Formats: sequence, C-alpha cells, structure tokens
Amino acid sequence: MAKHETPFLDQLESGPWPSFVSDLKQQAEVRAKNEAGVEFQIPVDCVEDLLGVVELSYKHGRTHWKHGGIVGVFGYGGGVIGRYCDQPKLFPGVEHFHTMRVAQPCGKYYTTDYLRSLTKLWDLRGSGITNMHGATGDIIFLGTTTPQLEEVFYELTHNLNQDLGGSGSNLRTPADCLGSSRCEYACYDSNALCHFLTNEYQDELHRPAFPYKFKFKFDACPNGCVASIARSDMSFIGTWKDDIKIDQDAVAKYIANDEAYPANAGAFRGSRDWGPFDINKEVINLCPTKCMWMEGDELKIDNSNCTRCMHCINTMPRALKIGDERGLSILVGAKAPILDGAQMGSLLVPFVEVNPDDDYAAITEIIESIWDWWMEEGKNRERLGELIMRQGFQKLLEVTGIEAQPQHVAYPRTNPYIFWKEDEVEGGWERDVVEYRKHHLR
Amino acid sequence: MSDLLNDTAAAEKLVVDFLTKKSKNKSKFYIKDFYKLFPDDKPRMIKKVINKMVEHEILEFWSSGSTTMYGLKGAGKQAASEGED
Repeated sequence: MAKHETPFLDQLESGPWPSFVSDLKQQAEVRAKNEAGVEFQIPVDCVEDLLGVVELSYKHGRTHWKHGGIVGVFGYGGGVIGRYCDQPKLFPGVEHFHTMRVAQPCGKYYTTDYLRSLTKLWDLRGSGITNMHGATGDIIFLGTTTPQLEEVFYELTHNLNQDLGGSGSNLRTPADCLGSSRCEYACYDSNALCHFLTNEYQDELHRPAFPYKFKFKFDACPNGCVASIARSDMSFIGTWKDDIKIDQDAVAKYIANDEAYPANAGAFRGSRDWGPFDINKEVINLCPTKCMWMEGDELKIDNSNCTRCMHCINTMPRALKIGDERGLSILVGAKAPILDGAQMGSLLVPFVEVNPDDDYAAITEIIESIWDWWMEEGKNRERLGELIMRQGFQKLLEVTGIEAQPQHVAYPRTNPYIFWKEDEVEGGWERDVVEYRKHHLR
Repeated sequence: MSDLLNDTAAAEKLVVDFLTKKSKNKSKFYIKDFYKLFPDDKPRMIKKVINKMVEHEILEFWSSGSTTMYGLKGAGKQAASEGED
C-alpha cells in the first residue's frame, strides 16, 4: 500500500496522456521491491515521499519546495540545483532532493549499455527519477542528497566519460541536431561545432560568468530540429549561398507520381493516403516568396528570392537538394517570456563559413565580442535579447563590428528621422562658414 | 589587468572587506557587484579572480537554478539550515 494517500494525483492519471504520476508510482514500487538488490544510498522511500509532497502542494495550492541553495561539486558553479522540502518531518525522504544536470551526448546518441550505466548510477546514488531530456536538452537527474553529489560527479567524469551540464548564470549545456551524422539536409557538422564550443568554453559552462543564463543551440539546416531560433540566446542555423540543386528528371518522376518518388519524403506512407501529388498545389503555390514556377516540364527557382524555408526540399527530397556553398547563419536574442514576452532570434550574421581547420575562428570572434558587451552592459538577470531590445540592434552591430545589411532589416523603417553620428558624416560637424556663404546668402 | 587585480592578496582582501561591510544587510551578491570594486578591469578577468576565491573556499556559490550569486563561505541563514550532518 502507498505510504501517502494521493487522491489529487490519482485524478491526474485519468487523463488521456501518459502520466508522470503513474511513472512515479511505478518507480516507488520498484524501489520498495528492490529485486535488483541495489544498496540505495538515499532513502528507499524517497519517491513515495515525493508523491506525498506533490499531493500536499495540490491540496494547499502552493509549493513545498525551497528554491535554490549552496550545494555543488568542488570547482563547479553549475550543474547542481539545490532543492529542499519545507515539510521534512512529513516527508523525510525528500528533505534534500537536489537536481543534477548532466551533459547529453552530441545529437543525443546513446548506446543502450550507456543508458543502463546512467540509470544504474542514479538508482544507486539518487532517486532513480530522470528527465530525458530537460528543456535545455541535458539529462536531468532528479533527487539526491548532498553527500551523493561528489560521488555521482566522480562516477560520471571518471567512469562514464561524461560531464555535468550548465545551470545558473552559466553557459548552458549546448544542444545540437543530428546534423551530418545522419541528415542529408545538414549544411554543416553541427555535432563537431557543438562539441568544439563545449570544450572551448568549459570555463563559462562550469563557472558562472554572466548576468544570467546563456544558451547555444545548433541546427544544421533551416528545418531547425532543435528549434534553436526560439530556444537559444545564440542560434547557429545551417544555410547555403548558392542555388538549390534541381534534378529535372526526378521532378518529372514526382509529377508522374512514380512509386519510388513519394511526396513529403514518404511521410506516413502506408498509413495515410495523400492522394496524387500535385506540384502546383503542394510545392509551387506554398512557396512563401513565390520564387518557383514551371517552364514547360522544367521546374525553375529564382534563388535570389529564396528564404531557405526548406518546404520544397522537404517535399521532393530526391529532386531538390541544398546548395554546395554551405555555412551557417547566426541569430541572437531568443528567450522565453520572463520579461517583455517571448522573443525569437534576430539575424545577426547572414552567412559565415564553418571552418574547423582554424578552430572556427570567425564564429568564436563573434561569440566573444557579444559576451564582452553583455557582461559589461547587461543588468543582473537580463538576457541578451533584452539587452538588444534596451540598447538597440545597432549597438549590437557596433560591438560585433558587423556592417548593417539588408538581411538585418525586419520591416521598413517607420521613423523618418535619421540620427547620424559625427564620424558617419563627411567632414564631421565642423563647417567652413565662409565657404558655405559663397553659395548661400544670409 | 590592473595592478590591483593582479595582486591576489590585495584583490581578495578588497572583496572580503566589501562583503563583510555589507554582511549586515546582504549575504549574497551578483557577479556585477564585484565589477565596481575593479573599475579598470574587464569583467572576464574579475570573474576569474572571484571564481578562484570560490575554489579556495573563501567564497561560495548560491544558485537558484537560473541565477548564481556569490557570498562569503558560511554567511547567511541558508548556509546554517542546509547542513546535513
């Protein structure tokens, strides 16, 4: 029988979706039975007490967790988040119930053996409850006591070849898509860049340096499988400069509804009938910039007007391929709605080559100039996106040394006044009055 | 790096004195609060010195999960209430 009565939580299980309550109950039972003979290092009934404290929170309509703390592992200022229950007498198993963030492998590639090693470690030294993965992308271990933190850290770093992730005012665990390891749309090797920057900025990841959190995310193409444009302060999205490559024979096969050329890359094939493929309806008319048309049997694209939305390539992947001159765009300032509402990233660098041979110098130079500005000018708990809003995108261009370009313009100017700076005007503010009066009488 | 920040003992003393002076009202500080103590230095250099002081257990981190603050080791109410012995 359950240690605590949980009528509110039981009700949550009646919904149509998988419930975290059922998962917690299952885990509580597994720990109670302990068929694997684990020598639990934290209270065996911690999951029962977790259910109890969550139930109490529903009953009272307020939380019983104390926020934050001084816990951590030696030398690191992130990766561990202190969590304490304010009802330790009722729920001793979760009196200390800290969260650990663990860096996920690039592209979230795991072997089953490795996953078992992680869960084995956490069953022994923690609650066994994980969140795979947290909103930032890392592995979240939920619930352990202070003495176990160093033990878990040692195991992770010495035996599992893994590191803690970021939390607090740190660089957060960088996250990436599968990139060129599996995907034909990849415009750069997102795994390599993510891995390089994770190593390069170890100090920023583990020792708080910033006014607030800072997130990098890497999408190898504009499909944006990790949604970096919405989820990261600095988003690296693969793109190409030249033309979309067209195989006209393959286009003809799509139009002819050839079996080997299914539309939408064969998505839901066998379970959903999309009807016969119609290139006008499904591709040309859906192009957001209307830059595609048919000339006889040939598909034409005005590449200068293409915004890399990827729709045509996704729909006819055997006929259309990304260009060969590949690199990435950098967008900055996305954030969730704590201040000023949610923001998407703004385009800062339309195209930069991705060059591992010079340690991605063009990219790290931009990162560091932005950090220097934000660390100096950012207010406490101000995200980069908020600083850009406060001081202006123009200021961002100044600190990064990037010239204003048409791609930076989101919409035409609404303010008719232009405030020039002295150094932007030929001759500055000084004028030769005598010379002026030669042409203009008083 | 300024001479002040370069002189580890003097820099550490300045930080400790600042925190001790403020200790009646506050026990946790943002990294930016330390920038004012070293007006001639870049934030990154100051951060390195402050983080070294954490490593030497003069200071300690306090983290809410989203934001990190710094304080003298053992200062403040929470330090006392968090002992698990």
